[in-house]
Amino acid sequence: MSSEGGATGYIVHHLTPLSVGEGFWTLHLDTLFFSAVLGVIFILFFKNAAEKATTGVPGLTQNIAEMLVEFVDQQVKDTFHGRSKLIAPLGLTIFCWVLLWNTMDVIPVDLLGLIGTVAGVEYLRVVPSTDLNATFALSISVFILIIFYSIKIKGVFGFAKELTCTPFGPWMMPFNLLLKIVEEIAKPISLALRLFGNLYAGELIFILIALLPAFIQPFLSFPWAIFHLLIIVLQAFIFMVLTIVYLSMAHEDH
Amino acid sequence: MSINATLIGQMITFTLLVWFTMKYVWPPLIEALEERKQKIAEGLAAAEKGQEDVKLAEKRAKKYLKEAKAESANIITLAQKRATDVVEESKETAKLEGEKMILAAKAQIEQEMQQAKENLRKEVSALALKAAEQILQEEIDKAKHKELISKVSEQLG
Repeated sequence: MSSEGGATGYIVHHLTPLSVGEGFWTLHLDTLFFSAVLGVIFILFFKNAAEKATTGVPGLTQNIAEMLVEFVDQQVKDTFHGRSKLIAPLGLTIFCWVLLWNTMDVIPVDLLGLIGTVAGVEYLRVVPSTDLNATFALSISVFILIIFYSIKIKGVFGFAKELTCTPFGPWMMPFNLLLKIVEEIAKPISLALRLFGNLYAGELIFILIALLPAFIQPFLSFPWAIFHLLIIVLQAFIFMVLTIVYLSMAHEDH
Repeated sequence: MSINATLIGQMITFTLLVWFTMKYVWPPLIEALEERKQKIAEGLAAAEKGQEDVKLAEKRAKKYLKEAKAESANIITLAQKRATDVVEESKETAKLEGEKMILAAKAQIEQEMQQAKENLRKEVSALALKAAEQILQEEIDKAKHKELISKVSEQLG
């Protein structure tokens, strides 16, 4: 329980990131730290699998890595009809990284906080997906890639033409432009907020369950954890698939 | 909840992760997968070909077996025929040989009979000469009476 006492204090404590700096230059150390650690875990696992990759009978590590790779590759092949060296590895990275972020959610809410407190860290929010900065970092990166590929494939004029002359023809240019800008901006915002909202709400419910009397907690947190496992995978999957879809849309020439 | 510099840090991490995945993780894994796919396809094709080969070989073996059976039946028939022929032939030969032997024996008997007759005739003529000598009390000159003796012996014969 929080040192500040009271339910509100407990919740606020759990949802406050460990931060340094002021204003815009604030850094959420916990988000940065945990996502970097999870990223390193992801890299090490896959690097290991890639190094030991054999065409013969695969081991356990290779099996898991290959399952994920084939799964992502299939998604990319289903959606994206072209050749790109970036999209599939990008999808794999997004899926695995977000999956690992989300998985942090099923670690008991007080456990890492308690360890943090013992270690002298006052605030600790372990799930990077409950930080808008993390989800927006992903979706804005994807957005930059969308713009980059739109210009690369269609050319500056082609892209400008698509922005101004669709869907209603050149006579409705300002309206078209407005519509297109809203459409494009909506992509990263919806991506980031969907992931953030799902995981933030999930974490909040875990925290609320943790506030209940101890004898009720298992009966609520256990089913919620099982349900949450579904959300964890589903949100990672949705983020990946939408990224692939957006990027293949950027590749399509009208 | 505010957007701040964490966003930039996260974007840098993300870029590094994607770069690493793209460069070091994805290519070897997808290559291994493709190669394994190729291998499995080749293996399946080889297995199918092997099965076909076995089928062909079985067919051929059956054909050979059939031919061999026919051949052996043929050989047996021929051998039986040959055996019958040989038996017949030897029977024939034996018969001929027997007849020949009988003929030879008959000839020999005939000859011996002739010989005996000759001897007998000679003895009888000698006896007759002796008797005549005795009767005539005179020795018959063989040279002188050659004609006579031969006449007598001819009559005796």
